[in-house]
Amino acid sequence: MSKEVVLQVKNLKTHFTTSKGIAKAVDGVDFTLHKGETLGIVGESGCGKSITSLSLLRLIPSPPGKIVAGEILLNNKDIVKMKEEELRKVRGNQLSMIFQEPMTSLNPIIPVGEQIAETIRLHQRLPRKKAWQKAVDLLELVGLPSPEKRAKQEPFQLSGGMRQRVMIAMALACTPEVLIADEPTTALDVTIQAQILELMKDLQRQIGMSIIFITHDLGVVAEVCDQVAVMYAGQVVEHRNAKDLFKTPLHPYTQGLLKSLPNIHENQEVLQTIEGSVPSPYDYPIGCRFADRCPHAKEICREEAPELLETENENTKVRCFMHTEKWNSIRQEGELVCP
Amino acid sequence: MASKVTTTQSIDLARARKNTRKERWQSFWSVMTQNKAAMVGAVIIGAYLLMMLIAPILAPFDPYDISLEDKLTPPSMEHWMGTDDKGRDILSRILYGSRLSIGVGFASVLFGAFFGITLGLIAGYYGKWVDTIISRVLDIMLAFPGILLALAIISALGPGLINVTIAVGVFSIPLFARIVRGSTMEVKKLEYIDAIRTIGANDFIIIFRHILPNVMSPIIVQGSMRLATAILSAAGLSFLGLGAQPPSPEWGAMLSSGRDFLFSAPYMAIFPGLMISILVLGFNLFGDGLRDALDPKLKK
Amino acid sequence: MFLFIAKRLVQIIPVILGVTLVVFLIMQMVPGDPAAILAGEGASQDTIEQYREDLGLNRPIAEQYLTYVGNVFQGDFGNSLKNKQPVLDEILLRLPITMELAFYSILITVVLGLAAGIISAVKPYSIRDVSVMVVALLGISLPSFWLGLLLMYLFSVKLQWLPVAGWDGPANIILPAVTLGVGGAAIVARMTRSSMLDVIGQDYIRTARAKGLKEHFVIYKHALRNALIPVITVVGLQFGSLLGGTVLVESVFAINGLGRMIVDAIRTRDLPMVQGGVLVASLVFVFVNLLVDVLYRAVNKRIDLN
Repeated sequence: MSKEVVLQVKNLKTHFTTSKGIAKAVDGVDFTLHKGETLGIVGESGCGKSITSLSLLRLIPSPPGKIVAGEILLNNKDIVKMKEEELRKVRGNQLSMIFQEPMTSLNPIIPVGEQIAETIRLHQRLPRKKAWQKAVDLLELVGLPSPEKRAKQEPFQLSGGMRQRVMIAMALACTPEVLIADEPTTALDVTIQAQILELMKDLQRQIGMSIIFITHDLGVVAEVCDQVAVMYAGQVVEHRNAKDLFKTPLHPYTQGLLKSLPNIHENQEVLQTIEGSVPSPYDYPIGCRFADRCPHAKEICREEAPELLETENENTKVRCFMHTEKWNSIRQEGELVCP
Repeated sequence: MASKVTTTQSIDLARARKNTRKERWQSFWSVMTQNKAAMVGAVIIGAYLLMMLIAPILAPFDPYDISLEDKLTPPSMEHWMGTDDKGRDILSRILYGSRLSIGVGFASVLFGAFFGITLGLIAGYYGKWVDTIISRVLDIMLAFPGILLALAIISALGPGLINVTIAVGVFSIPLFARIVRGSTMEVKKLEYIDAIRTIGANDFIIIFRHILPNVMSPIIVQGSMRLATAILSAAGLSFLGLGAQPPSPEWGAMLSSGRDFLFSAPYMAIFPGLMISILVLGFNLFGDGLRDALDPKLKK
Repeated sequence: MFLFIAKRLVQIIPVILGVTLVVFLIMQMVPGDPAAILAGEGASQDTIEQYREDLGLNRPIAEQYLTYVGNVFQGDFGNSLKNKQPVLDEILLRLPITMELAFYSILITVVLGLAAGIISAVKPYSIRDVSVMVVALLGISLPSFWLGLLLMYLFSVKLQWLPVAGWDGPANIILPAVTLGVGGAAIVARMTRSSMLDVIGQDYIRTARAKGLKEHFVIYKHALRNALIPVITVVGLQFGSLLGGTVLVESVFAINGLGRMIVDAIRTRDLPMVQGGVLVASLVFVFVNLLVDVLYRAVNKRIDLN
């Protein structure tokens, strides 16, 4: 049973040239998004998940940033290679985005209705009046009370939750195939968060789009995502079905992340944390990037970089030597130092 | 016993303050030296200051020496900038004039800074009605457009270089006072000021040892920017005949007399103006750099 | 909005009173006997005493000030010492000329400044940007009275395209307006550039790009309008130094405006004339600032929140 693939990212690398050197913010990201599914991209802040999402629309400020390698295939067309003109037709149309900060992501001096309507006019060539009407309808769809009045207002007259609804309406204006949501609920109150998540799931069912959900919040992932890609130090380390991931995490980093979650079923005294720190994006180690913090690390982990490989289970990928066949035959670190 | 605790505490505070100031100075220095434009500005200003000091050594002629048979000669090997309508060497006059033009600028900014800083500290520190009164007075001073306040003062005091210095200086007072007032109000809110007060520091110590050093950076930036404007304004007033009077080699006054010979001897007006422009350019370059170095918020 | 304007109008009353006080004090600061000065040089003791009586100079200073304010608000600025004519008549003759000059200059300041700032900001750190900014730096560094002379030498003396001085026709306006406007244009250009760069880095510009908008839409519809808000304030302030600058530029180009009137009056120690000129110029500035405040408020409705 294989579903239709909408978006496939292969070996994406986005690097930043700074005075301190080259920061490899995204350094080999692979994932696959199927039609109608929600893929969660999770990781700590600084792991490159937001840069990944911006790279998908080629919104990386350049200079200093640049996509140096890889493919972003949207319905088998590579976004990386598109010309400006072609890219603009994709942006906001087939591929649209919701940003983390609803407070600053809307233009402060343009009525919100116009900000939605201009997208509609641009991609669907509707006349002004019809586009405006559609914008009002969209605002109603995302549950904004008295949408006609609200459409004429400027962002400062709206609350944070309302603005995020406007952002969603704007992103959905041209019924995109893929919606990228970069931490869409982080800046909101917990109760509003739940409403927005519910709204997104609801709209996904109605429109049938695919969603890429970028977040650091595993709780949100468990709630909305079908698939999960866990990122660490600019790479995807585990990519699989969300239920399985929460049940039996494979990568030591994922295991650590889940252990550090508070669990209401068990009476934990202390929350576990992952010891050590993330390597600098200016200077990654040669071997596995998690080796220094990994409780299972062997010598090979420091000498060779593991690849993101499929395990015996279908659609399960992990970047770790532990899940390769040769693992058990490899000696432990410090074992048999002398030949 | 109690007094002993107080001393050690204040020594620690003093040392901490000294260290942070040293660090700040170091980072400031490294930013400034990396800023090429600011360095060019610094070199220009340095060259002018040097010129002020050694004008008598550099000047090939006496700046006041009239020699009518040599009048209005264009620039040549002998007179690099030509001679004026009285046969005086323009280069020598410009070299000597630097002392007047730059001196008036510095003096007026010091004048404005002294009163402005004092008023700003008082208004910001004491707040309430003191602040209200001082702020209203500053508002009124700022309600005069451009150099018109200076003109009003000169009309009362009468023309002359010293009166121009005062007039231009008065115009700087509100600018310094506003900045210092705002910064003082911010610094005053910091917790460590309360801490010092509890260990027995009085208003005087708090203002001069703790608040003033903290508001120095905006003062320095403003001072550098004001110097450019002050030199321009003072030269402008002399150009109008309200400042330095002939035969003074003040640049604005030289420019003013050069205007009458614009057709026959344009160099009489060109060189003094060029000297003012380059100096002001230096201050602007330096001021931009200073602002970037001292106020990271504004850096782009 | 109406409430806001009313409030601002009330707020400027103390400022206006303060300005009149400063102008009034000019006369008090003059060394010597004001009555003797007003009576003119060589007046007999009797005439001086007559003046003192007529003008109320023997009464307490506070009373004199109140009389002065009262007179000013009735349009009585006193009489010129030189020709004994009412100061207001002379001002009404001169003010339109200065306002015309100021209008064209501020036009140059705004149009040239905005254009240069936008050109720079669209491609920051490009050769185009750097050269525009170098020119702007020169613009703020050149003294207007020198720039005026240079332009006059070039266009009137050498090329003979434009008249040297005077105020007789449109050709006369060009050089003074350019001289006076260029400095402000340089400041507006620098401000526009930094404001634009600031706005272009904002999240909502990224949103606009994410929608697939063309770059010139992003710049002109989404960025520029936001970037202009702080520029308005700068233009308002610029008008003040421009008004002060008329003093110099009118002298360079021999234009019989208000600025030149003030300078001439200072030279001839015609104090009532100086007082009237400075007062009127300042009042104009105060009201222009009020206008800028209202405009700023109209463009930036967010201030409502505070």
